[in-house]
Amino acid sequence: MTAIAEATSTTAGTGALRLGDDRQPRSLGLLVVAGLLWLGLGAFVLGWADAQEVERTTLLGILALALGGAQLLAGIGGRFAAPLAQLGRFAPWLIVLALFFAAWETATAKLDLLPLPFFPSPQAFVEVYTDDWRRLGDSLLHSVWLLLRGFVIGAAVGFTIGVALGWSKRVGYWVHPVMRLIGPLPATAWLPLAFFIFPTSGSASTFLIALATAFPLTVLTWSGVAGVQSAYYDVARTLGADQRFLILKVAIPAALPHVFVGLFMGLGSSFAVLVVAEMLGVKSGLGWYLQWAQGWAAYANMYGALLVMALMCSTLITLLFRLRDRLLAWQKGIVKW
Amino acid sequence: MVALALRDAAVHPGLGADLDVRDVDHGFVLHGEYLPVLSEVSFSARAGEFVALLGPSGCGKSTLLRLVAGLDRPRQGRLLVDGAEVTGPDPSRVVVFQDPTLYPWRTVWRNASLGLETRGLLKQQRHRVDQALALVGLESFAKAFPHQLSGGMAQRASLARALVNDPRLLILDEPLGKLDSLTRLQMQGELTRLWQARGFTVLMVTHDVEEALLLANRVIVFSDRPARIRADLAVDLPYPRHRDHPELLRLRREALGLLGLARDW
Repeated sequence: MTAIAEATSTTAGTGALRLGDDRQPRSLGLLVVAGLLWLGLGAFVLGWADAQEVERTTLLGILALALGGAQLLAGIGGRFAAPLAQLGRFAPWLIVLALFFAAWETATAKLDLLPLPFFPSPQAFVEVYTDDWRRLGDSLLHSVWLLLRGFVIGAAVGFTIGVALGWSKRVGYWVHPVMRLIGPLPATAWLPLAFFIFPTSGSASTFLIALATAFPLTVLTWSGVAGVQSAYYDVARTLGADQRFLILKVAIPAALPHVFVGLFMGLGSSFAVLVVAEMLGVKSGLGWYLQWAQGWAAYANMYGALLVMALMCSTLITLLFRLRDRLLAWQKGIVKW
Repeated sequence: MVALALRDAAVHPGLGADLDVRDVDHGFVLHGEYLPVLSEVSFSARAGEFVALLGPSGCGKSTLLRLVAGLDRPRQGRLLVDGAEVTGPDPSRVVVFQDPTLYPWRTVWRNASLGLETRGLLKQQRHRVDQALALVGLESFAKAFPHQLSGGMAQRASLARALVNDPRLLILDEPLGKLDSLTRLQMQGELTRLWQARGFTVLMVTHDVEEALLLANRVIVFSDRPARIRADLAVDLPYPRHRDHPELLRLRREALGLLGLARDW
């Protein structure tokens, strides 16, 4: 009883410590300040004539005004509606962002202090998304699809080999030396060969991403399975478990925390391979878009694509964390992303 | 070795299994050298008997339990349960280890149901898991995860996991060894109650002399490694027993003497 009570009270305790649960009315006041700053930013963008030749100034101004208005409403409405009050915790960030945009806008569009094309104005940034969203969206879809194909194949293969290595001495005898030799080699080293061997650049890239994912996952799954306490097996054996049960219901669940570490590492290295493969061979995707934009010296497009790529990677990592939190809910003290 | 006839009142025929250990020798190879652990161990336990194995720490009692459970095979000698040779683990001979070894990824209920799941009986016999948890007083913790339990509760959960299988021979490897003394006293009472109600045979390793004498019909005293049987003491007292019963105190002195500790007490 006490153990349970303690456990629940500690989770509640850490929950309250997290940054999110700031319910002080002060943050609502800050939200109003942020709203006013964003309204000011909008007026500033619209009211001051541009020194640079830029389009989309009106749209940028309207966006800033709309955001400012929304924050103001949320700041006032937060006194009456709890969900709106939750937005208060973003207020410090919103204030800093408004000041940052004002400084950026001043240094570029308004006073033309920074050299073009390396330092595009916020307007140019907006223009990338309004004028080139079709190509950018298409690149994003291609990247995600290629990444998922490679990652899923690599994860399946890596997991299977890892379990086999951890379980069977004979598999270990044959696979271990091969893995020791080839595993540490960066997947990108295979790039020239892969583009030559595979019929399409897409299949070559899928293979490389799978390779980059599989190696860390194999090693981590292997060490996870090999490290399972023998007492866990003894318990299951005295209760009549067969080999199948020992692998599927004892070894794999016990190794799962390790498997997730491997998946995170695999996903990280698959991002690297994806970008390199798209820059060097595949004729679509965000890596290709970056390369293409550089060819045109379209720096605003490059920054725009980088932002999209960052959001993609961050979203995929977040999804993996969600999956882990679901599957490993039994673990104590799990890290929140 | 003293083989004494026991009063039938203390022994439960029927469900329990007969155990026969004959001339068992066992050992391990450590750094290229053979290390004998058990030497010429022979004893038997009748159906429904509670036999405690008492001996110095690390003398090989736990190794003997692993042999009876079928987790390891003896180098020499035979182990018979109801006349049939032990060739591997079987759910009718369940072990409760010193550590509860619950699976941390399963709830208490799903840990307790393990033995039914391995045999594909879970769907028809779900109620037996609930019964076993109720028997050890954990019914309200069915959905808790092991890390939320105290040591005593975890050990009770592992007892429930064993009892679900209706064992005919319950093998206990210092099951109360890591519990605090109060929980320990309480669990000793619960073990006796369960054994009397269910009638299985119990083989329990302990190095607590008092615990052995409080719980068991017979106490088999082992020597230091390689373990040989020094004595087979009959504890012919009714349950529940009292720690300060003169007969118990006499047996305690005798057992401690056999373990070479008489002077210190």
